[in-house]
Amino acid sequence: MSDGAAMSKSSITAKLKQQQLLDRLFRQITRFFALMVFLLLIALIVSLIIGSWPSVQVFGFDFLISAEWNPVTEKFGAWVPIAGTLITATIALAIGIPVSFGIAVFLTELSPAWLKRPLGTAIELLAGVPSIIYGMWGLFVFAPFFAASVQPWMQESFGAVPAIGFLFEGPVMGIGVLTAGIILAIMVIPFIASVMRDVFDVVPPMLKESAYALGATTWEVIRYVVLPYTKSGVVGAIMLGLGRALGETMAVTFVIGNAHQLHASLFMPGNSIASALANEFTEADGELYTAALIELGLILFFITFVVLACSKVLLVQLKKREGAAT
Amino acid sequence: MISVYLRRRLINAVHLTFSVLAMLFGLFWLSWILLTLLGNGLSGITLTLFTEMTPPPGNEGGLLNAIAGSVMMVMLATFIGTPIGILAGTYLAEFGHSDWLAAATRFVNDILLSAPSIVIGLFVYTVYVLKVGNFSGWAGVFALALIVIPVVVRTTEDMLRLIPDSLREAAAALGAPRWKVITLVTWRAAEMGIVTGVLLAIARISGETAPLLFTALNNQFWSLDMEQPMANLPVVIFQFAMSPYESWQQLAWSGALLITLTVLGLNIAARIFTRKQGDIN
Repeated sequence: MSDGAAMSKSSITAKLKQQQLLDRLFRQITRFFALMVFLLLIALIVSLIIGSWPSVQVFGFDFLISAEWNPVTEKFGAWVPIAGTLITATIALAIGIPVSFGIAVFLTELSPAWLKRPLGTAIELLAGVPSIIYGMWGLFVFAPFFAASVQPWMQESFGAVPAIGFLFEGPVMGIGVLTAGIILAIMVIPFIASVMRDVFDVVPPMLKESAYALGATTWEVIRYVVLPYTKSGVVGAIMLGLGRALGETMAVTFVIGNAHQLHASLFMPGNSIASALANEFTEADGELYTAALIELGLILFFITFVVLACSKVLLVQLKKREGAAT
Repeated sequence: MISVYLRRRLINAVHLTFSVLAMLFGLFWLSWILLTLLGNGLSGITLTLFTEMTPPPGNEGGLLNAIAGSVMMVMLATFIGTPIGILAGTYLAEFGHSDWLAAATRFVNDILLSAPSIVIGLFVYTVYVLKVGNFSGWAGVFALALIVIPVVVRTTEDMLRLIPDSLREAAAALGAPRWKVITLVTWRAAEMGIVTGVLLAIARISGETAPLLFTALNNQFWSLDMEQPMANLPVVIFQFAMSPYESWQQLAWSGALLITLTVLGLNIAARIFTRKQGDIN
């Protein structure tokens, strides 16, 4: 009998040992894959730096400020696509922020309860529509409409205004920097709106009700209670949208016109980093050409990295606050 | 002189009207896009779309090779990306409470989640296509898998965190080792949520064009050879839409409608699974 007890005891110890081993193994396996995700980003940055090295060596810092882009003479500068990227993203946000804000306010404060859910779902679903659809629609439907009805009107009304008139010069083609910015805006609206709505939902009802009880109007509640409370979250949502607008490829490539030139007029065709890559990369011959394009990609990644890191920090701040409030 | 009350009410009315207008403005564009898509694409959804190959310029045809290529690449990318994503997400949720690696991975994962997908394509081009020497289906699969991973990591971590600790403690109190607690209890409890993540990832990569442009490229013919350039719907839509041929443009519209319906369907399925997960929690 004592024999059996001893045996079962040793078999239990063996079993425990085995399970301990399996535990450690499982932990190390999951840790390995987490490490892999972490290393992925480093590999991405390193490979882009290596890939762009020939171009970095030849052009150095001038790459960032030179506007020349000539595959024949192999002179490359990134200024035109960088400027195009920043301009289109600025237009997108200028239109997108107020509209998304309005939508988020409508969804959280104004909408009747029965509409809240379907509208919220619709906005979220639309944020998932592939960007190539926006691009196609922009090229085939929006650009012709824009050239026929809106651009002539814009030229007539703003063309003569002294400080901004030059923005609307040139032929009305429908395709160009302004169109790309508008399509981007339509694309980021559902995206920013759904994040902003989530952010507004974080505000404790108690705070809002207290303000209402003091006689505040709905707008005053939004302006003086909701917005201050969610400040960092709102900025985070905007930054997320900005990150999306900067890196968007397909929606822009269809309508920006893909010309390596910089015009003061928003009606003229231009180029963004992503659209330059999409159009030229597979046709690029020569090591330097490819390297210059990869360097463009590296610049794009760097810009979006900074923007996304900021948005992440801001959204985490809001979350901390939410934790502190409850 | 307007009284202060009236003034406040007016300001309120102006802003709220703006809010309603913004909602209508948003819905207006989005319904315009979807209606155009339906109007242009619906007539092209016929049997030949699924039985014939992509045609040479100016000819009639279907999208069979592109559909097959897309399905293959999306499936393989999901098979590669899902296990990696689930395991990494499990580490973040179960083991990585106060660990530099977990904090760093979480941050990196969020960056990858919204990084421009064309940069992912460039990355795969430099590390794979350049080494192998030609564009290939596998390169496309790797690029798509890199997009699947962050989506799955994020949802897996979020869903596992929602599982109450009392469940883990109950299993541990019965003597279950940690790995059994996770695989048999928490994973199962979070099953629907994890499936949601996978569905969202599939929806995301089904429509991705940019990362395929210089990885899988395109192929005009029927080919299931993963070592060769591979036809896929997004890139075919891009090329056909940019072409001057009307029959190609028509195919592009039909393909676009097909992709949109697939993506919306997957998103709706994901929502249903989320709701089921909510019932469990």
